[in-house]
Amino acid sequence: MSDAALATAPAEFAPWEDAQATPLIRFQNVTKRFGDFTAIDNLTIDIFEKEFFALLGPSGCGKTTMMRMLGGFETQTEGTILIDGQDVAPIPPNKRAVNMMFQSYALFPHLSVAENIAFGLKRDKMPKDQIAARVDEMLNLVQLGKFASRKPHQISGGQRQRVALARSLAKAPKLLLLDEPLGALDKKLRQDTQFELMDIQEQTGTTFVIVTHDQEEAMTVASRIAVMDHGKIIQVDTPAKIYEEPGSVYVADFIGDVNLIEGNVTTSGDDHATISWAEGQQDLIGIAHDAIPAGTRATLAIRPEKVNIATEKPADMTNIIQGKVHDIAYLGNMSTYVVETPTGQLIKAQAANTRRIRRRAITWEQDVWLSFTDTAGVVLTS
Amino acid sequence: MKRFGLISVPYLWLLALFLVPFLIVLKISLSDTALAIPPYTPTLDMSEGWAGFTAWLSGLDIENFTWLTQDDLYWKAYLSSLKIATMSTILALLVGFPIAYGMSRASDEWRPTLMMMIILPFWTSFLIRVYAWKAILSQEGLLNQLLMNIGIIGEPLTILNTNTAVYIGIVYTYLPFMVLPIYSALERLDESLLEAAEDLGCSRMTAFWLVTLPLAKQGIIAGSFLVFIPAMGEFVIPSLLGGSKTLMIGKVLWEEFFSNRDWPVASAVAVVLLLILIIPIVLFQRNEEKQREAGK
Ligand SMILES: Nc1ncnc2c1ncn2[C@@H]1O[C@H](COP(=O)(O)OP(=O)(O)O)[C@@H](O)[C@H]1O
Ligand SMILES: [Mg+2]
Repeated sequence: MSDAALATAPAEFAPWEDAQATPLIRFQNVTKRFGDFTAIDNLTIDIFEKEFFALLGPSGCGKTTMMRMLGGFETQTEGTILIDGQDVAPIPPNKRAVNMMFQSYALFPHLSVAENIAFGLKRDKMPKDQIAARVDEMLNLVQLGKFASRKPHQISGGQRQRVALARSLAKAPKLLLLDEPLGALDKKLRQDTQFELMDIQEQTGTTFVIVTHDQEEAMTVASRIAVMDHGKIIQVDTPAKIYEEPGSVYVADFIGDVNLIEGNVTTSGDDHATISWAEGQQDLIGIAHDAIPAGTRATLAIRPEKVNIATEKPADMTNIIQGKVHDIAYLGNMSTYVVETPTGQLIKAQAANTRRIRRRAITWEQDVWLSFTDTAGVVLTS
Repeated sequence: MKRFGLISVPYLWLLALFLVPFLIVLKISLSDTALAIPPYTPTLDMSEGWAGFTAWLSGLDIENFTWLTQDDLYWKAYLSSLKIATMSTILALLVGFPIAYGMSRASDEWRPTLMMMIILPFWTSFLIRVYAWKAILSQEGLLNQLLMNIGIIGEPLTILNTNTAVYIGIVYTYLPFMVLPIYSALERLDESLLEAAEDLGCSRMTAFWLVTLPLAKQGIIAGSFLVFIPAMGEFVIPSLLGGSKTLMIGKVLWEEFFSNRDWPVASAVAVVLLLILIIPIVLFQRNEEKQREAGK
């Protein structure tokens, strides 16, 4: 790569860090109640143009409800929703530059694949030849050219999902809402489609809001993830931040595998804290988002792959835990060791299997030392 | 063998209850009237063996069918029946579709009650219900009294013994056959399809035309045939509610059979009616098959 290319390389896409950027979608103190049940609880959030924004959370936490409010199928009980600076409350679904891919796909069973894709274009009174061209383009995009004249019941679940995607993309909406779009697919097809979605997003520049309850999927596709629980957003951040620096035990536990070590804070600075956690073990240090008063009950969250395992006590590590191998899970490319401390706590460590299994040094019941750096774990108080 | 046994049940049923009676009627339609019991000739005399059979066969002719084309009463009656059945079907559709639509949109706790209300009339005799309409529609009947009391009309309307009364009777009687298939089609309709249509730019109204109606089509077709086919041969309703001018083939058939005691001509009328009805029956079957395929 030449120096000139390097010099003009685009800055990292992070409009949420730019105070000047105007968001495409703004939820301002939005509450949605069904009867006396609160599905969305005083929620405020900004989503920016060209984002791939993922809503992640357990079933029933209000993800679909948020989508349906954006699509115009539900009206909030309180608060304001702005799309492109405009209050959308009085705008019916058919007048919004928003398209939704339904959790159930909602393909019209009496129309062929091509007719399904053309449906929205015909409503816009687009000339016939342009519709045909656009439909072809969409069919190519989702690689379904051969199935254009089939009815939805004559194609597979995965293909139906692609038709639904093509149909919602055909009108080139400013905002595309995807409600668990890949939920019904098997793992391989799902991963392929995830990458396809990211490609499409890059090609078309559409803003995507995707609902999922699969954290891996959210990590793969999203520019930012909002972790939700009971109608509230617990944390909004980039996948890396969510994974590396979860703001709460809930988020840490929800995403990926994590060791949660509870203890009392002994000393703390602006960006780190030390906890004393078990008798006979040395204190552990991790990063902290704020200074924490000494004596506070706190949890150190540390990912298994950040924990080293060794048969001899390492000399140069800040955080060291002594224990005995309780269990080993062989995962092919790596192994997970479950280590039991003298006080009975189980801590997981992951190591890549770079050596052949026969020559592996660590076995069951062996005394081992776990270690990790002072920035590998996060000390959390909530 | 067991499989064969199972399959043969419906065929035996058809044979005993449809084909054999039909063949008997067909045979009578090819016979001549006679002052005898039964009132037609020839009758098959098995005691004379083969000679008896050939004599019986040579006694049959299509004279009665030729007669049907010569007297204009018959084709006029067929045409009039066709018209009344078609009109009744359209009216039943206009009344039945909104009912089915309303039922399918009703909340879950209401649906069984509404369904019950559609089916409930079947629990009383059809004849009694048609007689009840006589009481409602007559000059001094409930309807006229009500309208006069409200002051909408000064003179009682003549409804009973007109074609209007026949339409009312047929639509009333066969309405459930229209409502139920349409309801079952609409009930299956996934609400999210309508939302998807709106999402893609349809107003509520266009979504109804482009999604609801096409998906209810099979139900509408089934319901229409279920009303049209029996209405075509209807006899009780035109004779109880219709007037002397109401011409329907069922009534003609009855008169030939019981007033004229002309069994052969009556049978010929019945055979032609059946031939006419075979067309819609076949179309109905096709529609059902299509529906089954689409449902897969
Ligand atoms: N139309 C409705 N009437 C009553 N409750 C509803 C309705 N829609 C959703 N809810 C409730 O709101 C909560 C959130 O639902 P939803 O947004 O669908 O969750 P999810 O995150 O699984 O998509 C659930 O508890 C659900 O039962
Ligand atoms: Mg949902």
